[in-house]
Amino acid sequence: MKIKHYLFKPLLPLIFGLMLFNWSSVAFCDEIHIAAAADLKFAMDEIVAEFNKTNPADKINATYGSSGKFHTQIQQGAPYDLYFSADIAFPIQLKNDGFSASAVIPYAFGRIVLWSASMDASKMTLDNLNDAGITRVAIANPKHAPYGKRAEEALRAAGVWHKIEPKLVYGENIAHTAQFVQTGNAQIGIIALSLAVNPELARKGGYWLIPEQLHAPLEQGFIITKRAEGKPLAKKFAGYMSSKTSRAIMKKYGFVLPDETSKD
Amino acid sequence: MILLTDSDIQAILLTLRLAGVVTLILLIIGTPIAWWLARTKVWWKSPVGAVVALPLVLPPSVLGFYLLLAMGPNGPVGQFTQSLGLGLLPFTFWGLVIASVFYSLPFMVQPLQNAFEAIGDRPLEVAATLRASPLDAFFTVAMPLARPGFITASILTFAHTVGEFGVVLMIGGNIPGITRVASVQIYDHVEALEYMQAHSLSAVMLIFSFTVLLFVYIWQPSAKKWK
Repeated sequence: MKIKHYLFKPLLPLIFGLMLFNWSSVAFCDEIHIAAAADLKFAMDEIVAEFNKTNPADKINATYGSSGKFHTQIQQGAPYDLYFSADIAFPIQLKNDGFSASAVIPYAFGRIVLWSASMDASKMTLDNLNDAGITRVAIANPKHAPYGKRAEEALRAAGVWHKIEPKLVYGENIAHTAQFVQTGNAQIGIIALSLAVNPELARKGGYWLIPEQLHAPLEQGFIITKRAEGKPLAKKFAGYMSSKTSRAIMKKYGFVLPDETSKD
Repeated sequence: MILLTDSDIQAILLTLRLAGVVTLILLIIGTPIAWWLARTKVWWKSPVGAVVALPLVLPPSVLGFYLLLAMGPNGPVGQFTQSLGLGLLPFTFWGLVIASVFYSLPFMVQPLQNAFEAIGDRPLEVAATLRASPLDAFFTVAMPLARPGFITASILTFAHTVGEFGVVLMIGGNIPGITRVASVQIYDHVEALEYMQAHSLSAVMLIFSFTVLLFVYIWQPSAKKWK
């Protein structure tokens, strides 16, 4: 008993402090949580930063990961207010199951690229993956990652899938895949254009845009989840996605916007 | 109802093979470390003990991150393995073995160390008076006395390697039959919304883990009679 008392007493101010801190953050500003596909990492960070310039009191917390995982988590009641999926099929399914407070809003088409940190991939095509010097090729897991599915389609369409399958390693999501290539553990990989154009990655090697005829379109969509139904900030941020600023940022990261046709 | 696909069974067999190899390797390198930690009185015993215990508290992502960089083409381990003509370790079975040896080290060393410490000095002093060399005394006195410790340590190491996930995800590359272990396979099933298959494989893991722990706990009383 005595031991417990000794332990507890010095902790009291800390406990009260934490309670106060929590309370204050709830009381003085609006806050939402976003679940976003990993390909949005750089673009969404920038959009949130721009949004905060004009709305400094609002707090936007973005979490990045695989679209499939977020889909499951939202079904199980995860506290996300907005869900941006790299494959529009996931939010459509959530909408059908009653987890959405909005229509499914298409926000972009993604593109895939061949990217290497050590070679100039801009001078390569999918056929080059057959080269004996290339022993590891990273793609996202086609089983559940939208970018992985498209990568597999493109490799099959180019007729190289069977030859390079033994060289494949699978990332959990597209950012994880890029990390395999960035560390050089895989010499080359198929990643999202939105990640390859980021200065951090663009400094090394180079990328080759995979022709979009080789795979089904990567249509991406978002929803406001059921739990955010009464949250004005969720609506406000959803609206901000179609602002001039957001659209410019999305385009900068190589996303094709739904009402524009692709360039090639 | 438990329904396992061929790839589930492949993942289970791979997991058992990985855990078996890791347990054998750790028996060989963990035993001298544990023996030394139990007997030595040098001041740097504590730092070594802390290093051995690190994987207990380190997030697997930290270990995975360092291993990925160290074993990559620009890392020291990667350059060493390449110069030997072995290529790179990430995305290979032996890469997972090395990662798991680090990751499961405390599960082998700590129970063994406890078992060796419980023996105390007396039996070894008696052995010395009977002219047993230190090596003799270790194999004929200490090892038989520490047998329950060896069994507990091996089971825990095996089970902990089976339960590994984060490190494997970071350096494995999810290759069927080579690095796609059961825990990763379950994760994939869940991500792909294949809940039925995730349930089956998870049930197998649950039953396995419970059985192992039950065995360890039932074994405990017999360990006591040696103290």
